[in-house]
Amino acid sequence: MDSALVNGLQGLVVGVVSLSLGQAFMIAVACVLLYLGIAKGYEPLLLVPIGFGAIMVNIPLADMMGQGGFLRFFYDGGVRSEIFPLLIFIGIGAMTDFAPLLQNPKIILLGAAGQFGIFITLLLALALGFDKLDAVAVAVIGACDGPTAIYVSSKFAPHMLGAVSVAAYSYMSLVPLIQPPIMRALTTEKERTIVMGAAKSAPISKTAKIVFPIVVTIFASILAPKGAPLIATVMLGNLLRESGCVDRLKNCSENELTNIVTLLLGLCIGGTMEADKFLKTQTLLVLVLGFIAICLDTAVGVLFGKAMCALTGGKINPLIGAAGISAFPMSARVVQAEGQKYNKKSYLLMHAMSANAGGQIGSVIAAAVMLSVLQGMGIVGG
Amino acid sequence: MVGKILKIEKQVGEHVDEDDVVIVMEAMKMEIPVVAPAGGTVKEIKVAPGQAVEAEQVLAVIE
Repeated sequence: MDSALVNGLQGLVVGVVSLSLGQAFMIAVACVLLYLGIAKGYEPLLLVPIGFGAIMVNIPLADMMGQGGFLRFFYDGGVRSEIFPLLIFIGIGAMTDFAPLLQNPKIILLGAAGQFGIFITLLLALALGFDKLDAVAVAVIGACDGPTAIYVSSKFAPHMLGAVSVAAYSYMSLVPLIQPPIMRALTTEKERTIVMGAAKSAPISKTAKIVFPIVVTIFASILAPKGAPLIATVMLGNLLRESGCVDRLKNCSENELTNIVTLLLGLCIGGTMEADKFLKTQTLLVLVLGFIAICLDTAVGVLFGKAMCALTGGKINPLIGAAGISAFPMSARVVQAEGQKYNKKSYLLMHAMSANAGGQIGSVIAAAVMLSVLQGMGIVGG
Repeated sequence: MVGKILKIEKQVGEHVDEDDVVIVMEAMKMEIPVVAPAGGTVKEIKVAPGQAVEAEQVLAVIE
């Protein structure tokens, strides 16, 4: 009787004694993510499921990421198959109003400039000895767009998914801290106080809004077929929004669909943060390079904004260049806040939103181009 | 810009200085203070909290 009791108790502590130092550390990391999400409000919709998934996967013996495990089921079905990020893109398309962009097509150039950091980081990662496919996944953090980063890394470097997405999402929520110093360093006081008039209110016709997603899908997909699923899903969502005749599908895409997928995707990402796979120097490098990528994007965007400011004779406030990185709509808000800090009568929000929408398309197209170029170089199979 | 009026900070008849916050509006889930372009007295407030506004719409008159 006594020995049975002891054996029974042993059964309860076996989990405790098999907890490795790494797992304990990762559970602590997961708790920090939960704290940042819940108490600090940094991207809680993502950090809460990611943090919780990371706790689940680091519980010894539970093996939730093992064959037939709870997390493995969703990971294989949604992440490895690249389905989850694509479904989220439909939601993003349904949420995004491209009208400010169509009203002011010049601004899309800022969205393109905001993607240069991706390519510079790609070269940097290659120089640091990252495997080619891994380097792509690291560089795409610079897209500052969670689903794009997840899509690209789940396609080419699934073992880095945890590090890449945590980097992408945590830097995105840190955009209000990362960007302003760079914006200030690269602009003069006078440039920061430039007032931009009300965004041209010439209304965009309904037809143009409907045709836009269709045309972009056709042309961008033919140009960069590898990225076609990315572009097509965003534009499908946008067409649901603009067509005006499928409100139920549009509402479902931007609410229920996006919410369900965000929950499962977050859990899966947390599930990739197993101690023995995550605690590597490579993860640290990913975090550092990702940070550099976002700084470079901001810098190139602002410099391009300066060029546009010079070319237009001081009509464009270079600060809005910082919104050319994707991070929608955070970076546009940062621009508004910075601009108003230097000139209370300056309302840059709508202009920054145009650049931001440009960045949103820009990052998807940049990722698509990168995929097609890599395929052309024979690095990725068709 | 397009958005919604959140708060009216100054009432009709009140004196305002340049850059004083007159109205707070919300656009893109962000609170944006709308300041007086010049000093003077508030003559008329043309909007109410909760109201949606368009770009270039007159919100208040200051004399």
